Amino acid sequence: MSHTLTNISLKIWRQDGPDGQGRFETHQIPEISDEASFLEMLDILNERLIEENKEAIVFDHDCREGICGTCSLMIDGQAHGPQKGTATCQLHMRTFSSGDEIVIEPWRATAFPIIKDLMVDRSPFDRIVEAGGFITAPTGGAPDANLIPIPKPVSDSAMDNAACIGCGACVAACPNGAASLFTSAKLTHLNVLPQGQSERFKRAESMVETMEEYFGSCTNHGECSSACPKEISIDAIAVMNTDYRKSKLKNRKSLSRK
Amino acid sequence: MTLNLDSKVPEGPMADKWSNYIAEQKLVNPANKRKFKIIVVGTGLAGASAAATFGELGYQVESFTFHDSPRRAHSIAAQGGINAAKNYPGDGDSVHRLFYDTVKGGDFRSREANVHRLAEVSVNIIDQMVAQGVPFAREYGGLLDNRSFGGAQVSRTFYARGQTGQQLLLGAYQQLSRQIGLGNVKLWNRIEMVDVVNIDGRCAGIVTRDLMTGEVRSHAAHAVVLATGGYGNAFFLSTNAMACNVTAAWRAHRRGAGFANPSYTQIHPTCIPQADEFQSKLTLMSESLRNDGRIWVPKDPDETRAAKDVPEDERDYYLERIYPSFGNLAPRDVSSRAAKRAVDAGQGVGPLKNGVYLDFAEAINRLGLDTVWERYSNLFEMYERITGEDPRETPMRIYPASHYTMGGLWVDYELQTTIPGLFAAGEANFSDHGANRLGASALMQGLSDGYFVLPYTIAPYLSDLLNKPIPDENHEAFTAAEQEARDRYQGYLDIGGTKSPDHFHRELGKIIWDYCGMGRNQVGLEKALAEIPALHEEFKTDLRVTGDGASMNQTLEKAARVDDFFELGMLMCKDALVREESCGGHFREEYQTDDGEAVRNDDEFAHVTAWEWSGDPSNPIENREPLEYEVVKFATRSYK
Repeated sequence: MSHTLTNISLKIWRQDGPDGQGRFETHQIPEISDEASFLEMLDILNERLIEENKEAIVFDHDCREGICGTCSLMIDGQAHGPQKGTATCQLHMRTFSSGDEIVIEPWRATAFPIIKDLMVDRSPFDRIVEAGGFITAPTGGAPDANLIPIPKPVSDSAMDNAACIGCGACVAACPNGAASLFTSAKLTHLNVLPQGQSERFKRAESMVETMEEYFGSCTNHGECSSACPKEISIDAIAVMNTDYRKSKLKNRKSLSRK
Repeated sequence: MTLNLDSKVPEGPMADKWSNYIAEQKLVNPANKRKFKIIVVGTGLAGASAAATFGELGYQVESFTFHDSPRRAHSIAAQGGINAAKNYPGDGDSVHRLFYDTVKGGDFRSREANVHRLAEVSVNIIDQMVAQGVPFAREYGGLLDNRSFGGAQVSRTFYARGQTGQQLLLGAYQQLSRQIGLGNVKLWNRIEMVDVVNIDGRCAGIVTRDLMTGEVRSHAAHAVVLATGGYGNAFFLSTNAMACNVTAAWRAHRRGAGFANPSYTQIHPTCIPQADEFQSKLTLMSESLRNDGRIWVPKDPDETRAAKDVPEDERDYYLERIYPSFGNLAPRDVSSRAAKRAVDAGQGVGPLKNGVYLDFAEAINRLGLDTVWERYSNLFEMYERITGEDPRETPMRIYPASHYTMGGLWVDYELQTTIPGLFAAGEANFSDHGANRLGASALMQGLSDGYFVLPYTIAPYLSDLLNKPIPDENHEAFTAAEQEARDRYQGYLDIGGTKSPDHFHRELGKIIWDYCGMGRNQVGLEKALAEIPALHEEFKTDLRVTGDGASMNQTLEKAARVDDFFELGMLMCKDALVREESCGGHFREEYQTDDGEAVRNDDEFAHVTAWEWSGDPSNPIENREPLEYEVVKFATRSYK
């Protein structure tokens, strides 16, 4: 059964543009049903702001099912808020209590500059994938799908890592602003599959080095994995580091074979 | 009737049409491909796969998305799976059977030749996606697993947990990313298409608006592909993502593209019921849940006990009762209407009595909790996050919601709209699902169009343009369209009324849902056709958009999209009004049997209605493409 929360106070980051000076703004939510999602609360606030002839708060969101990875937000200093394994769009007000003051900020990372208010630019993630986050398989001519059996545990491990939604919470949570969990999840997904073997070490090298152009270095804090809405295991980073180290040798060897 | 609706279906027996087409089509020589520029709008399954494949083939490609990244497109949210006529389980599937099921499931309102092609290439899709590393579910022996899915009597659905759309989209996104990295495709992100430009009767490009700066500019190309999804958000509450809209397709329609069968909308039977007035969207629960969940309502409308305390003989497992051969797996339109009847009869469950139970108790007893949990854990967890209830303890509550739109831009066999050079793919076109789409067929169609159809069918059009330059972006048609777009966006800012775009969207959605939703009738549709224009007038005079047009302004984006939904809403109702029969997702209450089943009228309505823009949204021009069935004979769909 639904309950109503009262007197929620929101401290929200506002910033007019990439170069603007940011500031916190405080807004009161006198009443909100605990059935409301966190973003629905922001929708309601935005409608009120428009009614008051003020500019609505800009934030990224889309599917509201926790799968597209568009939503973000540091909520009380935690990426995607307090509920484990949950993206902001799936967070509901039943997680909060009446009288709470909630601080809402954008992702905090140098690699993700602010576009406006709570919206950031995460395009470096796309650059990492463009560098090697794929299996080269041009359309047409693929062999029968059952030609290569894949042991279920391998396939499951690929799927566990492929579940990454590319939201950027791992980067926002990391004290170094590293993108190791994001990069290693994609690498592990592709590198454990038989189809991914031909490009395994080339992929590791180019994705890691592209990542390093934009992001900080990993020092194994593990904050990424605890903030991840898909609870991707930090083991992926170990796989990435191993494959990256090997790549330096293997890629040189394959070159010398030419 | 002035649109040219030549379907260009190739000659020959049904099973040979596509191979005949491929054998006889005009080709573009590899060295000439780089002379052609193709614009692809949208980066969902259809758009990403088309852009990637065009890039591989050597065309100059520009890919547009209004998201921050191509990976966000709403294809990502598809849960259940993708059909393919692989017949891996050896249970009697074949290309013909998938073709037959899709034509029948579409209630004989799709184009046979397109559907056959879809069934043929379905097998290539699975091969392609596995080669790309999509981690489909597997058996312990390492081979691919299949399951049966809404309305099918064979197990032909491939899946990746409850995240099949995500994995397929990421596969297509990765192929697209590879082409972007190689420099074969140029990506434009956070850029929205706001108009189509035609020069000398051909599509010459598009006009876009940069969402971050408000800059309006032109992009010219030899051909344009719209892969911009469906219009289910016309209902306001739907399972579509918040940004899904009809603007790209609608702007093309206003520039001369026929809009086909807009009244064919799919209401998905298994969504989480609305909890409150402020709700922003509805969440789908994959209908794969219906494989093991049993749907029921209490027989007594005044039942107050908790679900588990209601004795067996006081429950109505209405799908199993009415449709014994399909039971809980009855197709979407049939299941949705059955749920509506139960709720309308007062038997609804939950605090607002607006849902029906989907109960896993029996499956847990039969299979054990571990097996059920392995199959559905991510769906159970999602349900619990949203409702605060654990489906292992209490049955889920579900109710139908707008989910998919079968209607869309009219296209011929080559996926070309009525504007030469403008193509439409995926949910944005109308051709494959008729009046009702079967489960796990949307992913199949998106990838089929993008990977395996358009790369062939765009070539004949381009080959005629060999050595013709890319149209000039300074042509007066472009500058005029740009100015129109600037004026349009400035116009919303200048109204200075009192109500937000969301307010109007919600009100519009209510009208469309009430009169053009699961049940439609003449009186209601006429009422809607009076109410929508009136509300639209109010929108034009009382809209308030705060902020400015030169920086990120989501309120302004929304205003333009809602404006287009108004005009589309009128067309949906008009289309529903003239189609005096019930078929698939279009249920006209006047045309039903005594026990509430749809009555189709093949003598008068076996045609596609393709609407033509007249300049006045309430007076569109009706055009028809007759549908002829060479192979599948008309039959009443019965799932009893």
